Amino acid sequence: MTFINYASREINCKIVYYGPGLCGKTTNLQHIYDSTAPQARGKLISLATDTDRTLFFDFMPLELGTVRGFKTRFHLYTVPGQVFYEASRKLILKGVDGVVFVADSQEERMDANIESLYNLEDNLRCHGYDLMKIPYVLQLNKRDLPNIITTEAITAELQKKGEPVVEAVASTGVGVFDTLKAVAKQVLTELRKS
Amino acid sequence: MVDSPILLREQRYHQIKALLARLRLDAAARLVVLVEKDGQQIAVHGELGELDTTSLASLVAGNVAATGGMAKLIGEKEFPTLSHEGDRESIHISVIGRILLVVVFDERSSLGLVKLRSKQISQELSATFAEIERESRAGAADSALPFGEITDEEIDSLFSQG
Repeated sequence: MTFINYASREINCKIVYYGPGLCGKTTNLQHIYDSTAPQARGKLISLATDTDRTLFFDFMPLELGTVRGFKTRFHLYTVPGQVFYEASRKLILKGVDGVVFVADSQEERMDANIESLYNLEDNLRCHGYDLMKIPYVLQLNKRDLPNIITTEAITAELQKKGEPVVEAVASTGVGVFDTLKAVAKQVLTELRKS
Repeated sequence: MVDSPILLREQRYHQIKALLARLRLDAAARLVVLVEKDGQQIAVHGELGELDTTSLASLVAGNVAATGGMAKLIGEKEFPTLSHEGDRESIHISVIGRILLVVVFDERSSLGLVKLRSKQISQELSATFAEIERESRAGAADSALPFGEITDEEIDSLFSQG
């Protein structure tokens, strides 16, 4: 939920990175954290297991700049991708302003992508949101791996509504900021409508 | 569609700050933070030091959401208060409708005092936040909002500032 503070002249929005386990959600945030000036970002909080799998969520506040005298801050969250953390995933979507679905481009992960996408739609519905109406970007991650599905085929399978599709290699940063920009732009445009 | 934005006007912000200042004094607390249930920090008052209150707000919301989920599993609506006691610093959280009142305190205070004072002020905070919600609903339909006429160029320029 967007929060506009007139006293501190700030707009705060919530963006959630969603997707199957090991698709690269945390890697997206890690790259944004590593590539952003310290004054523009807060701490990267990772609630992870001992083996670095996301247990509850990752969180990072990011300040993009000023528009109409208001600082725009995006609160970036990831969900835990593993299937059995369903309850946590649902909680994190509450109050979301925009969603990035990080798909794993590897052929053997296609079923996991589809399952996770259905799960996203269901969990959004639980909070009264409709994926077809929410700011949304599809990121095709891991485009550097050998066993990937073609962009056309994966897009045909996963694209829901003509949303922006961004090819990415989050581990090297390719497409990470393009994805963020695409979703942030939609969130601000939505704010204009409201 | 997403929820309509919360608009916090200056007057309400100062009203909330005054309530938090009073609570901090009455509860002999180090710090008092008001957080929206989705993790947005509304206002803070007290000894901030190096504390990252943005992260604190997000973690408090996650904490309340997780314990709320546990409450539902055992047939409770929610757990209205949460306390975490450390060796030197402790945290007490009250769930007041859509807002979370967070009090950070040390040996200068006690859990009992913090609970009592938090409870006493919760009604006023709840009433103030109800006003903020009412104003937000009215404000969202107000064409005078600064973002009502925001241009594509302005949005694009945001991404070239960094």
